[in-house]
Parts: sequence; structure tokens; C-alpha cells
Amino acid sequence: METIIKERIKEVKKGNAQAFEDIVSFYQNKVYFICFRMIGNKQEAEDLAQEAFIRAYTNLDSFDERRKFSTWLYRIATNLTIDRIRKKKPDYYLDAEIRGTDGLDMYDQLAMDEALPEEQVENLELRGYIQTEITALPPKYRSVIVLRFLEELSLQEISEVLDMPVGTVKTRIHRGREILRTKLRHV
Amino acid sequence: MRCEKDIIYLMHKYLDEALTDEEQRILSNHLQRCEDCQRHFHELKRTDTLASDKSKITTSRSFTDSVMSNIPQNKNRASWLGWFRHHPLVSAAAVFMLLMVSGIFSAWNQDSQVTVSKQEGVVIEEGTVVVPKDVVVDGDLVVRNGDLRVDGHIDGDVTLINGQFIDDDPSEAPEGEELQAYVSGELNYVNQIFEWVWYHAKNFVGEVFSMQEKESPE
Ligand SMILES: [Zn+2]
Repeated sequence: METIIKERIKEVKKGNAQAFEDIVSFYQNKVYFICFRMIGNKQEAEDLAQEAFIRAYTNLDSFDERRKFSTWLYRIATNLTIDRIRKKKPDYYLDAEIRGTDGLDMYDQLAMDEALPEEQVENLELRGYIQTEITALPPKYRSVIVLRFLEELSLQEISEVLDMPVGTVKTRIHRGREILRTKLRHV
Repeated sequence: MRCEKDIIYLMHKYLDEALTDEEQRILSNHLQRCEDCQRHFHELKRTDTLASDKSKITTSRSFTDSVMSNIPQNKNRASWLGWFRHHPLVSAAAVFMLLMVSGIFSAWNQDSQVTVSKQEGVVIEEGTVVVPKDVVVDGDLVVRNGDLRVDGHIDGDVTLINGQFIDDDPSEAPEGEELQAYVSGELNYVNQIFEWVWYHAKNFVGEVFSMQEKESPE
């Protein structure tokens, strides 16, 4: 896949903007997952993910083609989201509950669309709860562990995305996972 | 029994897919005889499974279209900018020469006004400089802060500063033979980068600027 993506990048660099569409299609859910897990809000995640692709496009000339495109793209998405979290008003943490509900909205809608059986509806509540707890993690753990939950990057690659030592990445993943474990063990 | 942190560390290492065979053996041996650790390990694995679930985390249907309609379509311009960035001295000199030859010094301070280096036969309509049909501009043309539409012909190079070349097909700027239909020479864009070049060139240009003003008080 990385080979096809690299070809598309070359085409975009040559001036064929339409070739970027394949890149967006391929990575959109991955980038969205990072943004959504970090920010916990559907609409904000969608905005951030779109912004990440637009930035990637406008800065494509600075992308070194010998490197992995995905880590470069995820770096843009992660930095944008971290910035957004930082810029949030201090009442952000008070907002967390509403934010969690926001996550549920999406599932509620799905529940209506598909008329899910009861068992799965419980599952939907669980999903909202998980997201609330991830969003409640201190930001420094959140970015690292969300990249781990993407289940695609090695610890080394996560350290490149976040520009921090592998040791720090490990420690924060372990710490974040333990915090989440204590929150999720009874649900 | 209170278990060492080492065992918990191995659990995390397992989840990070980084266990060696030896560590794997130590972990499973311990888990076989320690219920507390079994529970702990189960909870950790479950946490990872739940948080990594991507089944309902997907973008809206309009996502790709939305991105594509928000990206600048004209990549030609971007590569021009890239070129300028890599050749700062040449850029400064080029802009300076441009100013010298095009005779638009006097309008430079009026920032947003449309200016054009040659006036004969050229019309300015709502921010667009138009070379009407049957008009042939003899020599190079410089347009600043405005778009350019050529219905007639330009016998020389065209330089657009903060503007676009308006073409029947707006998705890309004309090149090669297509361009030759309107312009005999080259089509150059100088856009936002102008301010940047200006910043680097201003001390140098500034002197000439004041000289020029003294000589031709317009
Ligand atoms: Zn134990």
C-alpha cells in the first residue's frame, strides 16, 4: 500500500491535485480515529482530521519521500489535536461529561438506524464510557496511548510521530493503560 | 502474595508486542500460579481491546469531498513558491529588476489597488485586468493585485503579482502551446511570497525607492 501511496504523492507533487483523493480515502479513518480518541467529540474530530489532510497537502513539498508517509501524516494530525486541546478553555474538564454524551450521540443514531438488539445497545453505552475515560486521561498520556490503540505503529514509530524518546513512549503507554484499566475494570 | 512490578511490566510488554521468548515463558509460568496477576492481565488485555475497537469510529460520507474542495487546486503556483524559497537571492534580485523595468514604483504604496505596467488598450474591470479582443500588447506586462484575462494577445512575458491568470479552464494555469495562444513569452506568478522577498530586499530597494521618488514626484 505504501508503494501506491508514494506514487500518488509523486503525482500530487507534479501538480495533479486529484491524486490526493486516494490518499485521503485510504487514511481518513485512521486519522479520524486518532483525532476522535484524543478529543472525544465527533464534529471536532472531523474538522481536525480534514485540517490535517489540508495541511499535509499544502506542505507536501516538505515531505521526505524516503520516510513513511503515514507517520508524517499522523504527526500532523496529532500536533493539530494537541494544539486544539491546549487552546481549550480551562472549563474543558468540566465539559468532559457533555463531551462523553457527544460521543454517545453518534451511537444513538446508529442504534436508531439499525435497530440493534439490547445486548449491543449495552455495548454502545460501553463505547461511550470508554471514550469518556480516554478523554479524561491527562493529554500527555492520551496522545501516546491513542497512537498505540491505532494498532499500526511500532513503539519506535510512535516515538517519531511524537518526537519523544522510546523510553518515554513506553512509560506513558504503560501508565495510561493502567489508569484506563482501573476505570474500565468494573464495566 | 504481592507480585513484583516486573511481572506487570512483562504484561505491558506483551501488549506492546515486545516480549522475548524467555520473558514469555516467565510470564506464563507466573500466570499459571497467580490468580491476582491473571485478573490484572485480563483487565489490561480487555482495556486494549475496547480502546482499539475501530468498528464505529469512521468519518462522515462527505469527508473526502470536503477535503478535496478545500485544497488549493493550482499546484503550479506552489512550486513557484518553492522555487523562490530555495533561491532567496535570485528572488530578491528578480523582484527588484521587475520593479525597475516595469515602472510601477509609484503605485507600490497603494497596497490593494490594481496596477498594470502598460495601459494602452488594457481595461481594468472589477479587479480584473482585461486585454480586450483585437488588442495586442507590445512588450512585457506586469499586473499587481488583480487577475488577468487575455482575450487579445500579449507579445512578451506576463508577470502576475497577487493575481491569477483567468482561463476558460480554471483548474490549471495555461502552459506550453495553450499559453502561446495568449502570450508569446513566459507566464510568471509572484504571490504571497512577495511580502517575504520584500522583507529581505527592502533595505536595498528602499534606497532606490527614495531616489526614484525624488526624481519623479508623481
Ligand atoms: Zn502474581
